[in-house]
Amino acid sequence: MGEFTNTYPTTSREPERSDAPIIEAVDLTKVYKMGDTEVHALRGVSLRIWKGEMVSIIGQSGSGKSTLLAILGALDVPTSGSYKLDGREVAAMNDDQLAEIRNQGIGFVFQKFNLLARSTALANVALPLAYGGLSGRQANQRAAEMLTLVGLGDRLDHRPNQLSGGQQQRVAIARALVNQPSIILADEPTGNLDSATGKEIMNLFRTLHRERGITLIIVTHDPAIAAQSERIVRLKDGLVEYAEEAQPA
Amino acid sequence: MNFFRNFGIALDALLANKLRSGLTMLGIIIGVGSVVALLSIGNGVQESINGQITSIGTNLVTVLQGQVRLTAGPPNNQGIRTPTQTKPLTDADSNAIRDRVPDLLGVAPELTANGTTVAFQREKILITARGVTLDYAAVRNVEIAQGRWFDPADDERAARVAILGPDAADALFGGLNPIGQTIRIGSAPFTVIGVTVGVGAGFAGNPDTSVFIPLQTAYRTLSNARTSTGARRVSVIYISALSTEDIPRVERAVAEVMRQQHGIREGAEDDFTVLTQQQFLSIAGSITGILTLFLGAIAGISLLVGGIGIMNIMLVSVTERTKEIGLRKAVGAKRRTILMQFLVETVTLSLIGGTLGILLGVGVALLVGATGIINTTVTLDSILLAVTFSLAVGLFFGIYPANRAAGLQPIEAVRYE
Repeated sequence: MGEFTNTYPTTSREPERSDAPIIEAVDLTKVYKMGDTEVHALRGVSLRIWKGEMVSIIGQSGSGKSTLLAILGALDVPTSGSYKLDGREVAAMNDDQLAEIRNQGIGFVFQKFNLLARSTALANVALPLAYGGLSGRQANQRAAEMLTLVGLGDRLDHRPNQLSGGQQQRVAIARALVNQPSIILADEPTGNLDSATGKEIMNLFRTLHRERGITLIIVTHDPAIAAQSERIVRLKDGLVEYAEEAQPA
Repeated sequence: MNFFRNFGIALDALLANKLRSGLTMLGIIIGVGSVVALLSIGNGVQESINGQITSIGTNLVTVLQGQVRLTAGPPNNQGIRTPTQTKPLTDADSNAIRDRVPDLLGVAPELTANGTTVAFQREKILITARGVTLDYAAVRNVEIAQGRWFDPADDERAARVAILGPDAADALFGGLNPIGQTIRIGSAPFTVIGVTVGVGAGFAGNPDTSVFIPLQTAYRTLSNARTSTGARRVSVIYISALSTEDIPRVERAVAEVMRQQHGIREGAEDDFTVLTQQQFLSIAGSITGILTLFLGAIAGISLLVGGIGIMNIMLVSVTERTKEIGLRKAVGAKRRTILMQFLVETVTLSLIGGTLGILLGVGVALLVGATGIINTTVTLDSILLAVTFSLAVGLFFGIYPANRAAGLQPIEAVRYE
């Protein structure tokens, strides 16, 4: 780990696992330029996550947790540092390779759902399939299966504005799942939902994690949600303040 | 990612955003439609004026008395300026041209008497009487709708026979058949032997409101018009060349004969004018060219307005589209896939909008043409111009923001406000 161990004493220990982590980030930094001032969103974050884990990343707003998740999801690039996904260095990938990672390797769930507003649930879920090279009846069938899996088998032709917030987030989860990635990243997935609906979404995540062995990383500021995961990583001011140790496989 | 899949994604996006697609297309339709319609009117006017000039005769060369300047300048510079000391044109001049200029289709002198009273029973009208020769029909493209043209005997005998223009015939006879009826021209009785086909008013007066009589008859009944040398005056001499290419030679040869006839010394100014259709055409062309330019400018403004409409819609939707692009990239779209989608969207909109615009423009052109006031001619140029412009506007305002958005990191594009 980097310099932060000198400034921030943590209880974190190197996880005692012999197999290779699916995600291995070393000393990630991210600097945004806002006009003349530089914002250091990440100051050197190192993190390892193994296949099949369910990890919560918590921290106050501005702690850099969403920035970290975007980098882990290949939606953004770090200013410096190394990020290996399944042993491949993501920071060195070109645009097309990144697109492929986003399409096949990782499913991303946003706080604000981010669905195509004027397309049906089915079309939204089928979108990653189209970019993966699958379209037509096969794609629709697969998208319908995914919507059924998240409990929306009877809402295929509804548009986002005809669906509740919880239903929209389910569509987004179905979209994240449709190319069968091994990792799902969720950025405050319950942040725009009431607590009952939030619980349903978390139950869905837990079921997916348990039954499909999906690696799940959830960014949240809600301790109740974090408590449902197997491991918590807490960020503060762009650094890992605390990281629970991974259980042996 | 093959082309058809891209095409499918683009069509899905177009159909999912019907209002935006429709408004964008409307801009293209209005722009293209107005260009096609307005330029068709400009071209139609140009063609109809050119057609009128050609209808006064084929490959026509005209000799007028005095110095005539044809200009498109201010009114006081236009028209006929006759120097005080000019010799009138005579039938001798006409004969000299016929005898000494080889290879002509025909030479047709005309004695014109404006404001001649022509009467049938109680109907009385003031029209132009034209004393003409047999060749006149061929030289001036006069066609007979009813009855017959003059024959050689009519001219030799100075027969009292007349051929009416269709408007003159209408005014005198209404629905009656004029053939064989007796009319009075001035005070002399004439038998109507024919009615010409209408050609409309042209540069050399309106033949439709004229009455034609044999030249020899005109000398007896209208005016004797003998000059001091005993030759008989004519008002104008029409000469028809065999081909358009031959007109410059005929023009030079006619001028040479006329200078000899009128005894004009080397270097002295002509007291006659030789005009060709090319001169008429070039003057008319400069006028109609300005008209077409003017209409083109209006059409250009329409295009610009249409283009601004497209631009507005594209710019207003930039935020939404930037988010959309971020989202598409977040689920695995490559940059070139995004650009291909926007390219296909734009081209599809431009082609559909362009086609509808062309149909609208052609429709308006046909409608305007159907009123009979103005002819309209749709040209390929105007269609190409309009479609190219709309495509360029669409590409620029569609692709440019899309390219910028596609260059952002997906997370930036998704969070774009």
